[in-house]
Amino acid sequence: MIRAAAAAVALCALAAAPLWIPGGYYLNILSQILIYAIFALGLNLLVGYAGLVSLGHAGLFGVACYAVAWLVAAGAGQLVAALGALAVLLATTAAFAVLSLRSAGIGFLMITLAIGQILWGMAYRWIDLTGGDNGINLAARPQPFGISLAFATPFYYFTLIVFLVALASVAVFIASPLGASLKGTRDQPRRMSALGYNVWLIRFLAFLFSGLWSGVAGLLFCYYNQFVSPNVLSLGSSAEALLMVISGGSGTLLGPIAGAALVVVMKNVASAYIERWNFLLGAIFVAIVLFMPEGLVPGSARLGRRLWLRLRGVPAAGGAR
Amino acid sequence: MSALAIKDLGKSFGGLRVTAGVTLALEAGERRLIIGPNGAGKTTLFNLITGELKPDDGAIALFGRDITALPTRARPHLGLARTYQIITLFAQETLLHNVTLSLLGLSPLRWSPFRRLDRQAVLIERARAALASVGLEALAGRPLAQTSYGERRRVEIAMALVQQPKVLLLDEPFAGLSVDERKDVRRLLASIPRDVTMLMIEHDMDVALELADRITLMHFGQIVVEGSRAEVVAHPRTREVYFGS
Repeated sequence: MIRAAAAAVALCALAAAPLWIPGGYYLNILSQILIYAIFALGLNLLVGYAGLVSLGHAGLFGVACYAVAWLVAAGAGQLVAALGALAVLLATTAAFAVLSLRSAGIGFLMITLAIGQILWGMAYRWIDLTGGDNGINLAARPQPFGISLAFATPFYYFTLIVFLVALASVAVFIASPLGASLKGTRDQPRRMSALGYNVWLIRFLAFLFSGLWSGVAGLLFCYYNQFVSPNVLSLGSSAEALLMVISGGSGTLLGPIAGAALVVVMKNVASAYIERWNFLLGAIFVAIVLFMPEGLVPGSARLGRRLWLRLRGVPAAGGAR
Repeated sequence: MSALAIKDLGKSFGGLRVTAGVTLALEAGERRLIIGPNGAGKTTLFNLITGELKPDDGAIALFGRDITALPTRARPHLGLARTYQIITLFAQETLLHNVTLSLLGLSPLRWSPFRRLDRQAVLIERARAALASVGLEALAGRPLAQTSYGERRRVEIAMALVQQPKVLLLDEPFAGLSVDERKDVRRLLASIPRDVTMLMIEHDMDVALELADRITLMHFGQIVVEGSRAEVVAHPRTREVYFGS
């Protein structure tokens, strides 16, 4: 009941954001948060629910980015370019998954890191295709159903709709038998195999789903900036997305969204006032690790429960992890 | 036709031969106990049967079908289930979810990304009934991490039984249990229908011998003695293995 009410309030606040957020600049920041939240939701499917830590997901984010910009520059229509970019993305994700799922744990992390770096290297050095350092410009944002996304408000609503679809699809997936199977492969892969599950295929499907939302976020990012450069695929971008997931709370639905909000706000808002904003972001991450090692969302819930029990005079059972 | 037939099974880890020329045949409905000192290769044999280890040579057949090359995940679908010596369950999940996962492993529903698992009434009722059969229905909603070792053993057995196996492998089901818990688990194992073929590793002879039709003694990866309880107990090689020559 409380959750449904909180979700309704959050939805209303997001829907009315253009009314209460002052100016296009901050609305664009909110659009960025939603874009990175989609990216983090996709990555969280692997990190949080499959126990597979990827350090190459910015590669998938960037492939979709480059594909749509390249296709539009080559003369394709926006819809064709978007569908073509998704096809390229899924093919790349499938290849990425086949290579990286040969291992788990640290091996998986290193393979994803290597593939991510290969994709970054291609973007940087395959100048004929990617424009190298100069990147590729996207001439214009798409106009779905004739609605121009050139301004902050319509673009925000477009991003919000995609974000809600992403959130709903991840929520449905996690509550489904396939989602339960995925969590099982995270906790006891050997046991899952002995129970009749195809662990590799479950992880592969999760990887595709994760790549899909990472790529969709990449598409939106390309529309937002109308420009793509190799920086989008860099190791720093992959690490940033991973920090969003871990700081917000991996393996939770809302954690990656909170993490994305934290990082985007620090990058765009705090950096305007604090020169050493990276230092502040680092300090916040250290504080999260120290006081809420499970992440902001589950950590806040735990502290909230303790506070509530203390206010009611009930002794708390157990301490922080 | 044997329920489980193993022929000349061999496995080495580097230069260490852990299973050598093991040949074993279990008739349908038979209850076979495997005994032997630590390091005899009993659990390795189980891992070879379930496919978690690949044999270097030999063959395994389940009801006449050669399963030697089949992956582990395919074997439960043919009626093979096992429990583990070291409990490997889903600690953060409830007992009900653990057993539901076991059921789901054999259901095509496991591939569904759209339906809600907690609304699969048929599956959940079957899981609940399986927990009731091992006396744990009252704890169905409790996270596994908050249960005792004996209760977890029973969840292991419930997870194996709920898959309605034709051949059930039990790896030290009494290990680490108190006297009362042993009685409970013994009663539980004795109540398993006779059409389920059982192969059990156990060190507790007092409890296990009552359940077994035949006994196989393993030593250094080989079968040393096989026969009825009286035959194995009386055999000089048994005394030699356990007490020295």
